[in-house]
Amino acid sequence: MLHTINKSPFEKNSLESCLRLAKPGHDILLIEDAVYAATSGTIVSELVEAAVKDKNVYALGPDLASRGIDEARLLKGIGIVNYEGFVDLAVKNDKVQSWL
Amino acid sequence: MSEPTVKRFMYINRRAPYGTVYSVEGLEVALIGAAFEQDVCMAFIDDGVYQLKKDQDTSATGIKNFSPAYRALGDYDVTRLYVERESLQARGLTEDDLMALTYEDEDDDWAEKPSIRLVSREELSGLVDQQDVILHF
Repeated sequence: MLHTINKSPFEKNSLESCLRLAKPGHDILLIEDAVYAATSGTIVSELVEAAVKDKNVYALGPDLASRGIDEARLLKGIGIVNYEGFVDLAVKNDKVQSWL
Repeated sequence: MSEPTVKRFMYINRRAPYGTVYSVEGLEVALIGAAFEQDVCMAFIDDGVYQLKKDQDTSATGIKNFSPAYRALGDYDVTRLYVERESLQARGLTEDDLMALTYEDEDDDWAEKPSIRLVSREELSGLVDQQDVILHF
């Protein structure tokens, strides 16, 4: 299962709801304003760090760059994918959920 | 003819750039207000602080990077950009993560001065209370 999230974790609870329902081993891709969740030192960092332990969490590189987020500022264990990687994740998983 | 009325305008920006159009629209409206010679300032709270993040590079997305436009604010006499410190802290950011925005102070021999002013939640609350018109984006 692939989950995509596109909302800021500081404005909407999409990230929280997704992480609550996602199963271990699932792929979670942060896109658009959700990429802020991948950064260290925030009030949701602990939540994301816990998710990384049993799920595959990725952030979309072009959306990180747009927002001025350097890779060095990401939490440990977060993978970065480009648009091709996004397609690969969608193809690899039999189901995709978009958390709006 | 009476003198034109100058009102104190504050534009409160609460949203991140790119994900929605609020922030780019807010910037445009602030520039328009300043062109009408009103007393304009801006506040950046919650995700709005992300608008001022430096090193934004949208080249891989095809979206226009509008962050350089904040540099024009000083030329339109929008010289006070209040950033709430608590909002930065909640996002793991410091003042060093923000663009170095400046204006030239006409009352001080055009000395270049920083436009971004970090304020506490309490200070910002006082500033909001002093305004005539408050618009949210």
